[in-house]
Amino acid sequence: MIDFNQKLDASGLNCPLPILKAKKQLNSLETGEVLYIVATDSGSVKDFDAFCKQTGHNLLESSEADGKYHYYIKKS
Amino acid sequence: MSDEKKLAIIATKGTLDWAYPPFILASTAAALGYETQIFFTFYGLQLLKKNPNLQVSPLGNPGMPMPMAMDKWFPVIGTAIPGMQSIMSSMMKAKMKKKGVASVEELRDLCVEAEVKLIACQMTVDLFDMDSKDFIDGIDYAGAATFFEFAGESDINLFI
Repeated sequence: MIDFNQKLDASGLNCPLPILKAKKQLNSLETGEVLYIVATDSGSVKDFDAFCKQTGHNLLESSEADGKYHYYIKKS
Repeated sequence: MSDEKKLAIIATKGTLDWAYPPFILASTAAALGYETQIFFTFYGLQLLKKNPNLQVSPLGNPGMPMPMAMDKWFPVIGTAIPGMQSIMSSMMKAKMKKKGVASVEELRDLCVEAEVKLIACQMTVDLFDMDSKDFIDGIDYAGAATFFEFAGESDINLFI
């Protein structure tokens, strides 16, 4: 469990909505703060990895539990 | 010149299914930090209407999955029955909603919010006697040369 500053529930949303909503919410965070995202879209695993690589944000953790995907992104 | 990456898209199609690629790619690119423009020409202009009411047709589209495996047993000529198109379009929209796929209008709003530049082809607007009042606000009207001004310095150019 990683400490986070804000949470985004993207359950039930399909590509590209989890990414777009995450990007929007990251805008409201300060540098160094962490956004915790829950998603059900299986394609989001590779997408969040690619999103962080391209935007420079730090993907602290990407995991799956109970059919849901959990991401912790540290804003850079 | 900024070192921001750039994506230029030409959107030429005005059906429900073909409305998705330009808006999905543009909104995602914007989220990744790309400066993005979409140039809408010919049937693509439908995607800029205030109330697009986009349709999808199984007619002449053997690749379209149909409910109840209709694509396997339903005669092709049956897809030409009046009303078939609106039924299939409604079913497709309902399915998309159920699966958490954004509506075209929602994706378009996200593009506008992310400052994706939307350009309507002036020639097409004139050709089809379209009224700019029917289009959403905040779009530009221009021609091919304007597209190239941006496309020429873009990293990615897509024709959809």
